[in-house]
Amino acid sequence: MKPAPFDYYAPTSIEEALANLHELGYDGKVLAGGQSLIPAMNFRMARPAALVDLNRIKELFYIKPVDDGSLAIGTMTRDSLVEHDPIVVQRFPIIPFVVKHIAHTQIRNRGTFGGAIAHADPAAQIPALAVALKARLLVRKQGGQRWVNSEDFFLGPFMTVLEPEELLAEVVLPPMAKRSGASYQQVSRQKGGYAQAAVITIVTLDESNRCKEARVVLFSVGETPILSKAASQVLVGSAPSPAVIAQAAEQIARVEVDPGSDLHGSGEYRRQLVNVLVERALTEAFERAK
Amino acid sequence: MAQKVKINLTVNGKAYQREVEPRLLLSDFIRHDLGLTGTHVGCEHGLCGACTVLVDGEAVRSCILFAVQVDGSEVRTVESLGTPDNLHPLQQAFIEKHALQCGFCTPGFLMTIVEYLGKNPNPSDEEIREAIDGNFCRCTGYVNIVEAVRLAAQKMASH
Repeated sequence: MKPAPFDYYAPTSIEEALANLHELGYDGKVLAGGQSLIPAMNFRMARPAALVDLNRIKELFYIKPVDDGSLAIGTMTRDSLVEHDPIVVQRFPIIPFVVKHIAHTQIRNRGTFGGAIAHADPAAQIPALAVALKARLLVRKQGGQRWVNSEDFFLGPFMTVLEPEELLAEVVLPPMAKRSGASYQQVSRQKGGYAQAAVITIVTLDESNRCKEARVVLFSVGETPILSKAASQVLVGSAPSPAVIAQAAEQIARVEVDPGSDLHGSGEYRRQLVNVLVERALTEAFERAK
Repeated sequence: MAQKVKINLTVNGKAYQREVEPRLLLSDFIRHDLGLTGTHVGCEHGLCGACTVLVDGEAVRSCILFAVQVDGSEVRTVESLGTPDNLHPLQQAFIEKHALQCGFCTPGFLMTIVEYLGKNPNPSDEEIREAIDGNFCRCTGYVNIVEAVRLAAQKMASH
């Protein structure tokens, strides 16, 4: 058999899962959709001593509107459900568009929204989406819980603030501001493949059509999703003219990213991609915000 | 002594109860434990799509799922589609349009497409290409496969 042996836990409630994780400590690993973990186990790059499988915990699968206009997504909600959910489509049209770019149907049918965030692959879409949308993350452990802002959640490639006994239980997306628009741009060598560079932008306009807020999140070009500071500095308070957008894009590409080189493209090439993609994404997002 | 877990599941309409090691992949369970070798195993890490089967009606990659995860589920493999004497319209369309040569990728394509046509019985060429973007073919090429899907959609509509 390909994966190394492991002890298998199949809790049917969150409490039971938290008890399993508490008892297992560093030996325990959560199995959500498994679309990244199981390939890694097939190669024996990952050899967890024990898996805590969340697939039988019905209370972790949901998309729930909250009274304040937020949307709460249970950690085990499959990507394909998020992609097609009418409330998500209506309130956050950017989400289905981004999710559609994750691998292929067969993967999205199993992959989970929360699992992708906890896995923290620097080339994955959902962690960047969480940062762009200012998601708040409910982290639970036996006897306690805490809320973590998505901006503070990612520490490095495949590294997050989650402790071994903790579980990412819920993702809460605050409502999109009025007069906001979003865009997603990526370049990958083949459809469904990892992006060589990608950006999600969410911008808001004030009554006089000046930029009120600009969130530009880059990924696949660094160790974690990168929330641009330059975007706010250059854009907020200005009318988003092509010249201002070009200036923001140029500055982001020059100062805020330092992409590495690999088989598929040099760092320099990917820096150029960032410049072009940010410009396109900001232009489209401002257009949609009007 | 390795841990064994008891699972109950339905495969192609037949109920099975088995005890399996948790690390047994669904693809290996289907092929080795049940002897259903129609499901092919290509890359074994979720890229090529050859191992695609339906779990509770949804196309999934059986090489990156553990058999224990489908406890209580209904699985469909390519063996459920048709018999040599009575092929499924989709299988017939693959023959008529020469949509296979070596046939290794075919079961994965068939299961992906049979699920897709159930949801979208009249897809455009663009949609067909999108639907099969998770399956690799390394000899026939995709043109004939797209034509076969189009023909299958017609056959199934008049079926």
